[in-house]
Amino acid sequence: MTLPAGTRDRYLAEFERVGGSRKGRPAWLRRLRDEALARFLASGFPTVKHEDWKYTGLAAIEQGEFEAAGADGGDLSPADIAGILPGEEADRHVLVFLDGRYRPELSTRRDLPSGAHLGSLTGALGGEFDGLVPYFSRSAETAFTDLNTMLMEDGVFLHLAKDVRVPEPIYLLFLMSPAARPVMAHPRNLIIAGENSGVTVVEQYAGRGDSGYFVNSVTDISAGRDATVSHFRFQEEGPSACHVAALRARQGAGSRFAAHSASFGALLSRHDVHAVLDGEGAECLLNGLYLGNGRQHVDHFTTIDHAKPSCASREYFHGILNDRARGVFRGRVIVRKDAQKTDARQTNRNLLLSKESEADSRPQLEIHADDVKCTHGATTGPLDEEKLFYMRSRGIDEASAKGLLTYAFADEVLRRFDLPVLRSALEEKLLAWIPETRRVQEFLRETGQ
Amino acid sequence: MSGNPMLSIENLHAAIDGKPILRGVNLSVRAGEVHAIMGPNGSGKSTLANVVAGRERYEVRAGSVRYEGRDLLSMPPEERAKEGIFLAFQHPVEIPGVTNLSFLKAALNAVRKHRGLQELDVVEFRGMVLERIRLVEMDEELLLRAVNDGFSGGEKKRNEILQLAVLEPKLAILDETDSGLDIDALKVVAKGVNRLRSPERGIIVVTHYQRLLNYIVPDFVHVLSEGQIVRSGGRELALELEERGYGWVHAPDTANGGEARP
Ligand SMILES: Nc1ncnc2c1ncn2[C@@H]1O[C@H](COP(=O)(O)OP(=O)(O)OP(=O)(O)O)[C@@H](O)[C@H]1O
Ligand SMILES: [Mg+2]
Repeated sequence: MTLPAGTRDRYLAEFERVGGSRKGRPAWLRRLRDEALARFLASGFPTVKHEDWKYTGLAAIEQGEFEAAGADGGDLSPADIAGILPGEEADRHVLVFLDGRYRPELSTRRDLPSGAHLGSLTGALGGEFDGLVPYFSRSAETAFTDLNTMLMEDGVFLHLAKDVRVPEPIYLLFLMSPAARPVMAHPRNLIIAGENSGVTVVEQYAGRGDSGYFVNSVTDISAGRDATVSHFRFQEEGPSACHVAALRARQGAGSRFAAHSASFGALLSRHDVHAVLDGEGAECLLNGLYLGNGRQHVDHFTTIDHAKPSCASREYFHGILNDRARGVFRGRVIVRKDAQKTDARQTNRNLLLSKESEADSRPQLEIHADDVKCTHGATTGPLDEEKLFYMRSRGIDEASAKGLLTYAFADEVLRRFDLPVLRSALEEKLLAWIPETRRVQEFLRETGQ
Repeated sequence: MSGNPMLSIENLHAAIDGKPILRGVNLSVRAGEVHAIMGPNGSGKSTLANVVAGRERYEVRAGSVRYEGRDLLSMPPEERAKEGIFLAFQHPVEIPGVTNLSFLKAALNAVRKHRGLQELDVVEFRGMVLERIRLVEMDEELLLRAVNDGFSGGEKKRNEILQLAVLEPKLAILDETDSGLDIDALKVVAKGVNRLRSPERGIIVVTHYQRLLNYIVPDFVHVLSEGQIVRSGGRELALELEERGYGWVHAPDTANGGEARP
């Protein structure tokens, strides 16, 4: 569908503004931006007729009159940032992006091992890392990744040379400040982990205040042979925000990639994960939790592409939906013709806490090899009556039993977040979210679980 | 044994999903007594146990159940548990995400609070659980796993007996706790139950096998058939059932001295 004239003009003006300040950038990037623009103008935002967007209407984004956020960004101190970041962790690198712009005075930079480069992506594009074009143009594009390519202004570039391991986690905080008019940001991150390197990256998205805004981020990850990349994503946008994100990973032989994700915020959110296991013996874990209440709409679309033999993937997504919230999960697993000995497992479970809440779950296995193990399972429903009765028959009151089962359902996913500070911060957030949470907190305190 | 019965079930009718299952059950259990309930598959034994424990899925259509002089049917299941009723489930459910030890502690705290007792501190609780877990010969490692999550059939049953031993209820109902157990596990179950035998407690054992009753010697044996208790007797009735099957005790009215149906 083509764009309404007003929307088209707005995005064109944005494109001019961004492109205008980037004249000196590499020519290949200008070309990519032009191509993205052409595709975007031709196709516009996808409609529910598009297979990949069947359950997610985009009117809120299409009709929102978003403009680039101003550079004023409000008064924020490092203490404010500390209050937003999960938990207290002395040893971490923190890069703060406020309204889409890197803010060094709010960031915490520490020494990195030699062979590790961490900095602004736009800075890197024209500089010493000029050979980045292949990392930019090899993934399947969507209207939103095109939009990001057209309009991206900043984000993180992380490069690890062979054998370099960064011991501390790297936090990337994308923060939107309250604004009088609808604003947008298009963060773009690129992580290149060389052979046998290792790193943990946390992307956190947060909004201050409940103004309507639009964040559309893209993160590309390349994990070299035997590299270990752990990626965590914590989305806690404001209650009126629209959040769209794509995480695209390409894995070399023997590499291990984990993408953990917690989607708690935003009115409308969509998270695409696309992992390509592109070398023998690569392993991939996608582990996600999404929570929705009120009228939240939360959509996850994951694709795991087994392109080479003997790779393993594990995927666990749990959703909890209350009030009139709606959750959407679609999990594609592709096993290419040569990808023998693939071992892929997927589960998606949805817990409906109210009659009006809704979940759509669509596993999609496309298997072109014959010697493979692929399983998937999906469940959607209210709390299990038998479990509730079992707990109550042991003296645990109904409200506590419900709260506990809800907590436990979500915590199955959070337990896999092997970054203790983040995990306990998320468990706290989860507790605050759960109805009847006081009883659950008492239970956890009393029993010391 | 005298005094009012601890549990008194009169003319109990119950249905599930509109289908009548219990059709007039009468049963009295006094403190100090052990009752065994036997009967063919599908006769309503688990239904009876679940109705006493408070499962809301069953619709009570007629009759009454009194426990220590109070109307049991108006109490929610957690209240019944706190008042001392315990059901060891025929099929214990798995609760992923809640560790077994935490669950035990929450259950014990709930009961103790209700009885006006102090909650046990960490050290006391640990000590008690470790003592009881030895009694039921269960692997300590199972305490740190989620409740029944991935437990074998036998481990689940032992876990029920561990809960029984920790909670020390006044009225314990064991629904086929012996099914699927080897002979050693059977003895463990019996030990757990016999330890609780006292003049203050009542015990109901649902079983298909007279074997268990060699270890837990009942005062009374009842046969439930098609939703009614069709015969009651002493422990010799269990032996007779073992030999002859249920065929000869089919008709509900035989218990009242009427003629047996073919
Ligand atoms: N949800 C249900 N809908 C319809 N019928 C049910 C339902 N649940 C149980 N029943 C029926 O109720 C009857 C009694 O079941 P119950 O479990 O009480 O039998 P039981 O005596 O414990 O049998 P067993 O010895 O096999 O454990 C059975 O015929 C069973 O099929
Ligand atoms: Mg039964």
